[in-house]
Amino acid sequence: MVFEDDDRKIEGSLDAAEVTLTSDEVSRLVREHSDWMLGAAVRILKDRAHAEDAVQAAFTKIWSKLHTFEGRSALQTWMHRVVVNEALMILRGIKRRNERSIDDLQPVFDDSGCRVELEDNTTITPEVLLSRRQTNDHVRDAIMTLPNKYRIVLCLRDIEGFSTAETSEALELSEANVKVRLHRARAALKTLLELHVKEQML
Amino acid sequence: MIKSQSRKRTRPIAAIMFRLPFMIDCVQFEAFIVDYLEGTLSKRQRMTFDLHLKLCRECREYLQSYKAAMEAAKIQADMPFSKMGMGEVPEDLINAVLSARKEFEK
Repeated sequence: MVFEDDDRKIEGSLDAAEVTLTSDEVSRLVREHSDWMLGAAVRILKDRAHAEDAVQAAFTKIWSKLHTFEGRSALQTWMHRVVVNEALMILRGIKRRNERSIDDLQPVFDDSGCRVELEDNTTITPEVLLSRRQTNDHVRDAIMTLPNKYRIVLCLRDIEGFSTAETSEALELSEANVKVRLHRARAALKTLLELHVKEQML
Repeated sequence: MIKSQSRKRTRPIAAIMFRLPFMIDCVQFEAFIVDYLEGTLSKRQRMTFDLHLKLCRECREYLQSYKAAMEAAKIQADMPFSKMGMGEVPEDLINAVLSARKEFEK
């Protein structure tokens, strides 16, 4: 899972049979986990205040079920799901603001079904992207510009590590629909990153 | 916007080749990509996909960029809030969570 590296951190602060935590342990638990939880919530909600609400709501759920958890890795995976679900719930209540269509970021084919690339197309490689220090921020910004219906699928599937089935369940979409949106989102992100790399090279 | 900016090349030979038996065109290739990357294609579909990939430079380059974009997105996964350039986790939030916990313990 995504946060496996953090697993060791909560060792000692949580034990299988440990139903009651001292206030120090509670405090440590909150401090250790709120950072990545808030990160995940911001990626989904694009808004800090809403993301904080999601983390608060998530912890309320977590307190009531904490005692049922045995494995630490299972606990962390579950906490991740809880905060993502809380964020999705909040997102449903937020009105969409001037979203930009991604139609012109989709691949182009000619009449005989052949892919046609622009004459001056730049292909990107992970190496090219990784060699640019500001790329990470740019990737985040590019994802943020995608319309919610595509962005969320990409976010859950490619970033938060949900499977297609889990994404379909969380968003109440068919798996076929998840795949279509995922594909369009990735294609749009690809085009945005290519445009960015090309700009940088000029 | 982008479409009108640059001229594109046409590919008459590819157009004929992709009509041959066991061949798919780029539009069909495109529709296979998600399942290909998830490893859920049948053996036969996979062979067809791979054959197209071998013969079509455009799709090879496209898939390469597509995968690079996916990798770039994945890097976001390990990023905690404090590394997102928005400051640290606010104390207010931690305190709110902790006081909710105290309510819960009552």
